[in-house]
Amino acid sequence: MKFWRTPLDVERLKVPRGEVHIIKDRCKGCGFCVEYCPRGALEMSDEFNAKGYHPPRITDETLCVSCNLCEMLCPEFAIFCVLKEEPEPGEEKKVEG
Amino acid sequence: MRADAPAKPAIEHPMESLLRMDRIPHIWCPTCGIGTAVTAFASALEENEIPLDSVSVVSGIGCTGRVAGYMKLDSYHTTHGRAVPFAVGLHLAKPSLKVVVFSGDGDLAGIGGNHFIHTARRNVDITVICVNNFLYAMTGGQVAATTPVSANTSTSPYGNFEQPFNLPLLAQSCGAVYVARWTALHIRRMTKAFGEALNKKGFSFVEVIAPCSTLYARRNRLGTGLDLMKFYHDNSEIRHGADPNDLNIGFQEKIICGKFVDIEKPTFLDSMNECYGKSLGEKYEIYEGAAHA
Amino acid sequence: MKADPKGVLTGAHYIDGNYAIAEGALAAGCRFFGGYPITPSTEIAERFVQRAPHVGGLFIQMEDEMGSMNAVLGASWGGVKSMTCTSGPGFSLMMENFGLGLMLETPCVLVNVQRGGPSTGLPTLPGQGDMMQARWGSHGDYEVIALAPDSPQEGFDLTIHAFNLSERYRMPVLMMTDECVGHMTEKVVIPSAEGIEVEPRRFTKKPPSEFLPYEVDESLVPYAPIPGEGYRFHVSGLTHDEQGYPVINAEAQDKLVRRLVDKVKKNAADICKYEEKDIDGADVVVLSYGITSRVVQPAVEMAKKKGIKIGQIRLIVVWPFPEERIRELAGSVKGIVVPEINLGQMVLEVERCAAGRCATILVAHAGGGVHDPETIFQAIKEAAK
Repeated sequence: MKFWRTPLDVERLKVPRGEVHIIKDRCKGCGFCVEYCPRGALEMSDEFNAKGYHPPRITDETLCVSCNLCEMLCPEFAIFCVLKEEPEPGEEKKVEG
Repeated sequence: MRADAPAKPAIEHPMESLLRMDRIPHIWCPTCGIGTAVTAFASALEENEIPLDSVSVVSGIGCTGRVAGYMKLDSYHTTHGRAVPFAVGLHLAKPSLKVVVFSGDGDLAGIGGNHFIHTARRNVDITVICVNNFLYAMTGGQVAATTPVSANTSTSPYGNFEQPFNLPLLAQSCGAVYVARWTALHIRRMTKAFGEALNKKGFSFVEVIAPCSTLYARRNRLGTGLDLMKFYHDNSEIRHGADPNDLNIGFQEKIICGKFVDIEKPTFLDSMNECYGKSLGEKYEIYEGAAHA
Repeated sequence: MKADPKGVLTGAHYIDGNYAIAEGALAAGCRFFGGYPITPSTEIAERFVQRAPHVGGLFIQMEDEMGSMNAVLGASWGGVKSMTCTSGPGFSLMMENFGLGLMLETPCVLVNVQRGGPSTGLPTLPGQGDMMQARWGSHGDYEVIALAPDSPQEGFDLTIHAFNLSERYRMPVLMMTDECVGHMTEKVVIPSAEGIEVEPRRFTKKPPSEFLPYEVDESLVPYAPIPGEGYRFHVSGLTHDEQGYPVINAEAQDKLVRRLVDKVKKNAADICKYEEKDIDGADVVVLSYGITSRVVQPAVEMAKKKGIKIGQIRLIVVWPFPEERIRELAGSVKGIVVPEINLGQMVLEVERCAAGRCATILVAHAGGGVHDPETIFQAIKEAAK
């Protein structure tokens, strides 16, 4: 990850990772999630869903930081993300503060 | 996600316990903002740990009027403009319920305007959420009491020349104890406002400016709901505590958002109990509502 | 179930019809009144609000009649027996949401103290011109239950009965009284609470997981959910299925509307109520209701003196109309005389049921007073020819 200024505690902090779930057939292709994903982890696909809309697809799953913005903005309850718990030895489990 | 992946993921959308999933997909158009307001409302209920069985949603008629039908709560879909008085009766019959009105601007400020102002005046302890998309959407995009001047609707085809309501000012001047306005893009602030409104004792009001793609955006050549969301991003200003007189919304002009009123005042029932208690003394049997409450 | 003694003002009282209705409501267990002032019904609200704080009841004066009717519906869904009253234009304003009450199947009572119309008409003078509006005033197809007291005592008794019918069939019930009965002061005897039967709400006994808001048994009347107890039910003014979910097609419409109609029609024998006098062997029958049934009495006496075999039928429940009984009567009498304070409303039902087998003679009065008994007597003479 790029930083304007490297935080002092960058060694200790862990960027949360999210797992995005897209319920494609509910999507009406509004593009809110794609437009407002702060990490650019989503794009519109060329695929058609059952209703004939283009649902989003994930560009790179590792980009998701589980901010849930897509989930909250989606008017169709068609996308959500869950926090991936990946404890790694020697690393602190949670970001405090 | 691969193209052949199953349409429904193994784990459920976190909102599913709060929605009538057998009725989803809903009827709202692509890029409509009502679904986003529903998500924020559901999040507010969860974040504030409000016992869901105690929540009742009352809606009138219109696009937003359909909210009651999608929320897995005690929900009432009433007639056009009458959600507020229905909610007043429901609340007074069983004050332990948390009664929330989800209404559109046509429903609430047009046909239901009289109920809105009087319920605010009486400070009846209900929460009113108004999704304002600037026109009557369900019937095909007619001019509303909230349509900005010069906006084109199907019944103002040469542009609207009537002055619209400033809803936060209306609510505040009638006596609401909590008044806030957010756009559909201010998702976290909207959620917070819903939580505050739900926990507020008295008449609380939150206006949500939401995109209507099919009618408002199309007729006014503003693109889609996504373009309106981008417009909100660029043109809304957060001004907590702003003078409600300054909250008029002009056509494609700045939208001032924020929390404008947050005061304490005795509710309708507080005042009634006090008055009767004073006048009747021990003879007053304090009103408790339904026997099984 | 016996009445809650708290609301029952046992004793003999000298009160008017409007006060008697308020007392009847309190005795029936009504604890919510969503009012809006309008002459000549206002005394019902005034009496209720004086008494409510003493019996754990609540009165709210709403901003208009649409508000009143909806507050009453909301309160009823909240589990409290509720009512409102109105007159003239107020009745028109309540009609839309009277329909909502029928569609959601909401028990409550709506009292119309009839005055002269149309429009503002005669605010302080009697009429019976809203009888067809009571039947057809809201849009769409439906059946109603409407009662018409002819005295303050009956105002009290029938209000309790109206609440009971509204709970039994889960629908708004109309009390179609008039300015004369409303403002007529007479002796009203209120029995003790043990002497008053009240019907409780038909709450479901099913757990939320098995409950459907509009599932019915052979009674055709659904059971009510308890609000706030996890039933998470949905009810809608849109055409709906058993689950309460909107279904916009002809099949769902047919099923729902037929049931709403049938639950009254098939139970008409239980609901219909009328009083007969000297019917056997009568040549002429006078059919009346409300205040008019009292104005009829001198005319009947005059007819008897002239040797006319005269019988009487007084409708206590006006809607549903006692079709079968009128058909029977039409086959055995020369004529049915119908005096009413309108230019011909219930007489249409009588004509329909008589179907030409006997004469039906309307004695019309446009409102603003009651009939001169002489005009009724003339009609009786005409019918007896």
